[in-house]
Amino acid sequence: MSPDLAFLIEVVVGGLLSGVMYALVAIGFVLIYKTSGVLNFAQGAMVLFAALTFVSLTERGLPFPAALAATLAAMGVVGLAVERTVLRPLVNQPPITLFMATLGVAYVIEGAAQLAWGTQVHGLDLGIDDTPIDLGGVLVSRFDLFAAATAGLMVALLSAFFRYTRTGLAFRAVADDPLAALNTGLRLPRIWSAVWIAAGIVALVAGLLWGARLGVQFSLSLVVLKALPVLVLGGFDSIAGAIVAGLIVGAVEKVSEVYLGPVIGGGIEGWIAYVAALGFLLVRPSGLFGLRAVERV
Amino acid sequence: MSAAPTLLQVEALEVVYGGAVHALHGVDLAVRAGEIVALVGANGAGKTTLLRAVSNLLPALRGQVTAGRLAYDGRDVTRTRTDALVRAGLVGVLEGRHCFRGLSVQENLVAGGLGRGSGRSDVRADLERVYGLFPRLAAKREVAAGLLSGGEQQMAAIGRALMGRPRLLVLDEPSMGLAPRVVEEIYRVLAGLNRAEGLTLLVAEQNVRLALRHAHHAVVLENGRSALAGSAASLRARDDVRSLYLGGAECPEAAAPPEARRRAPA
Repeated sequence: MSPDLAFLIEVVVGGLLSGVMYALVAIGFVLIYKTSGVLNFAQGAMVLFAALTFVSLTERGLPFPAALAATLAAMGVVGLAVERTVLRPLVNQPPITLFMATLGVAYVIEGAAQLAWGTQVHGLDLGIDDTPIDLGGVLVSRFDLFAAATAGLMVALLSAFFRYTRTGLAFRAVADDPLAALNTGLRLPRIWSAVWIAAGIVALVAGLLWGARLGVQFSLSLVVLKALPVLVLGGFDSIAGAIVAGLIVGAVEKVSEVYLGPVIGGGIEGWIAYVAALGFLLVRPSGLFGLRAVERV
Repeated sequence: MSAAPTLLQVEALEVVYGGAVHALHGVDLAVRAGEIVALVGANGAGKTTLLRAVSNLLPALRGQVTAGRLAYDGRDVTRTRTDALVRAGLVGVLEGRHCFRGLSVQENLVAGGLGRGSGRSDVRADLERVYGLFPRLAAKREVAAGLLSGGEQQMAAIGRALMGRPRLLVLDEPSMGLAPRVVEEIYRVLAGLNRAEGLTLLVAEQNVRLALRHAHHAVVLENGRSALAGSAASLRARDDVRSLYLGGAECPEAAAPPEARRRAPA
């Protein structure tokens, strides 16, 4: 294999693996959007809250599993509390109202997290060393592989949950046709609660992986901005779309940074995903896998 | 029949959508246990709105009951959540079928059982019952509902409602867009359930002839008001109903003066 080709593959693989991390954040959005039509801007704040809680607990001497369990419980409580106190009273309000509410929630959660745990930057060590391993001439980050495997496992668990449990069936029914689900007697508030808890758990996984990568700090909540182009590309209501789009965005970012960067100046990584998403919007407004709304009035 | 208790009572019901659009202004309707009641009327007369109000679905559609009374089996419907109504035996089949298109037929049916809160053994028993009523569904139990024909989707939607073990089944235009033979099959099953198990039915139909053939009583909606009510046989016999809804030879104006056609809401 020529060194140039090996380098290209390396860049693409690196991009794909970092794309998994974007997908992870995007899945949290999709879960809530699919079942309740709410674009939860607070997902990023939940990621920050999870990472900050976990790291602060371990720094106070809690062993890893205990801290993980405590954070998991905390995320469940946060998800439930947001659903109960903010979104349920606003049910049947226009989407923009719900979006604004989650924007407010995002700031409250960020503030609460920093009030409780302080504002300094924490390192988060998950015990995976980040030395690259050599896979047939292509160097791949060990941590990225671990992150991808974790994300894959989580997606598999979520899929199994939706496929084989009664709550999962109810979730799919609501996502498929909310009015019919309501009419069938499915208790939407219960399903929303379950989904917010699930989104909290997804935020925990994303928070740990992103926190280990970037350090646990306020800017962690800005990963939402990385998830938005992924959502536009993949469709707001498709988990598969979130994964595929995450991979595409990751790869596009890295490839353009490496190959376009020297031509038009660096820093492409920050905005190229938005350009790609905007371009894509013109062609397919509902995203790669999003449902096109066909309504009979 | 008249001794049977009233299961659903609608009195002077008014409904407004989005705070501005008056969809119903003064609807009266009573459904007694064991009856089949048809709700007939032209497009836009308010049949769908009334049935949505009966299932308390209006809040989810930005609609609101602004006046009147709506009671199911002693409950104030406007203050009872849809899922509670379903568990109390009031189950609806929406206009346009509204199957869960991405879910298999069996999953659609199981979802109906979940809505009622059925345990696993109840769900199993009810599945067999629905497959017995609609053998075509049994053959397609693993097929995504969105891929079924219109008639099969209607059967799946009715089957899903039956999984809720209704006492009052509310159907919105079950014949819409379906071949006559399929419509016959569906009505045969529904009428059979009414006879054999005393299942009470409230059916909105644009096909008045069909509705009056199967129903015991009927209510005619016109422009959001209940204009006429009575036994199906008496309505069938009326000249104005014939000419307006059953394709009689006379043109509507010639049938009868409006005062005689309309009965003031009780």
